Amino acid sequence: MHPAPSVIIFTTLSGLGFGLLFFLGLGQPAVTGTVAFVFYAIAFGLACGGLLASTFHLGHPERAWRALTQWKTSWLSREGVCAVGALIVMGFYALGAVFMDSQWTLLGWIGAALSLATVFTTSMIYTQLKTIPRWNMELTPAMFLSFSLAGGALLAGAESVAPWLLAIAGAVQLAYWTKGDKALENSGTSLGTATGLGDRGAVRAFEPPHTGSNYLLREFVHVVGRKHAQKLRMIAFILGFALPLMLILTPVQGIVIKHVFAALAVLSHLAGVATSRWLFFAQAEHVVGLYYGKR
Amino acid sequence: MTELPNSTERKMGLVIDLDTCVGCHACVISCKGWNTENYGAPLSDQNPYGGDPSGTFLNRVHSYEVQPADGHAQLIHFPKSCLHCEDAPCVTVCPTGASYKRAEDGIVLVNEDHCIGCGLCAWSCPYGARELDLAEGVMKKCTLCVDRIYNENLPEVDRIPSCVRTCPAGARHFGDLGDPDSDVSKLVAERGGMDLMPELGTKPVNKYLPPRPKDQIEEQIDILAPLLAPVAEEPQGFMGWLDKALDKLPGGAN
Repeated sequence: MHPAPSVIIFTTLSGLGFGLLFFLGLGQPAVTGTVAFVFYAIAFGLACGGLLASTFHLGHPERAWRALTQWKTSWLSREGVCAVGALIVMGFYALGAVFMDSQWTLLGWIGAALSLATVFTTSMIYTQLKTIPRWNMELTPAMFLSFSLAGGALLAGAESVAPWLLAIAGAVQLAYWTKGDKALENSGTSLGTATGLGDRGAVRAFEPPHTGSNYLLREFVHVVGRKHAQKLRMIAFILGFALPLMLILTPVQGIVIKHVFAALAVLSHLAGVATSRWLFFAQAEHVVGLYYGKR
Repeated sequence: MTELPNSTERKMGLVIDLDTCVGCHACVISCKGWNTENYGAPLSDQNPYGGDPSGTFLNRVHSYEVQPADGHAQLIHFPKSCLHCEDAPCVTVCPTGASYKRAEDGIVLVNEDHCIGCGLCAWSCPYGARELDLAEGVMKKCTLCVDRIYNENLPEVDRIPSCVRTCPAGARHFGDLGDPDSDVSKLVAERGGMDLMPELGTKPVNKYLPPRPKDQIEEQIDILAPLLAPVAEEPQGFMGWLDKALDKLPGGAN
């Protein structure tokens, strides 16, 4: 798949933002006043910035509101509904915390649930696609949710759960890569089933339909950079999970140095998740590539 | 709405004969022509006369080589367009309701006024049947020439999809695949029509007729040959000496 920057930015930032909103909704940390304003500004900045980025790849962004209508069947529509719901509910909750010095617990819980649901529905947009075996696995929503919770815990400064969530997210990442590498092969789809000619002999793409490129090849057959996949996986794993874990587990004295370490952990995690997300798209093989003798 | 109809009154679709297709691409061109001038946004080209031309097409012809375990390789031309699946994943993923399957004839269409051009339907299609038009920013796909097949302004002979009307080899057939007595259904039954990627559960309406078996050249075609002296299988005379001498040189026999 073509790793479009808009979608990578969207899933990385909004995953982190909704992860933070989840913890804020649960009252972790139970902040009010100016401190709360800073927390909510970061959370809404990430979540809304991500959502805005996602509209950049649309052919007609001005019609994006229509995407809220088909929640009965479409995961993309459900994501839109959950995201709008989470932002509105958490917006009211934030008003209470910032300006009225109060935590409306029930509203916070609803907002937390909607924030997590937004991340889950985002992951299901990819998971539902049988055409991309590497995404069509239970580990895909597990990955999106564990990344979002780990990042949210880091940002929220939830010191007790953040190391565990980071470790879980790292483990899910490794499992996703291991299983994903065999997904296309295990799906049973090949040029033989794609053409229906597989039982007659070995099928080879002899001549493509045209000498130039086309939308399908640009969108679904991305091979540039795949040769660096293993190195990028190392970078993603170290930056995303190993380094942040070390940074937050290092015992340090003083509030300033502690905040510096926490900020470094967040930035490292963000860079690691963005790298992992780039690989998520760049390494995904769409079965339509088979028709072109590519993957 | 993007909910699929439980069943459709008719299942209009194409039957493509891989035995007959000569790979001339006439269907590709006639499709592009008709669908640029008629229903919906035109099929645009980008940089058509430049160094890297590309454009939107609703029908493309691939060519494949099939190499059986024994026997000669075979070249098969393979036209591919929307299969108007019964369980069309492209319809249910659409967030806006722009993509839909008609209950009356099973044709899968896009309402271009509602399409936001997110591309998710193209992601969900295993066959590469949908292409986002770069000029219009909306998704384009085969309409089964919905503006021809019911068009009473056209002579009756032309009320079939443009690709079928054009095919000089008669490799494309159009009809109701939901009616077991229709010509296309009989053709599919007779020739063992097949689905593409059946394992993905899309239940395509369009069927492909596999190539017929080719004549085999038997090993012995000359009835007098057995009566003639056999041709030496081992080299004799000077050639035999040369063969042995070369084997003895460093490098040996292989």
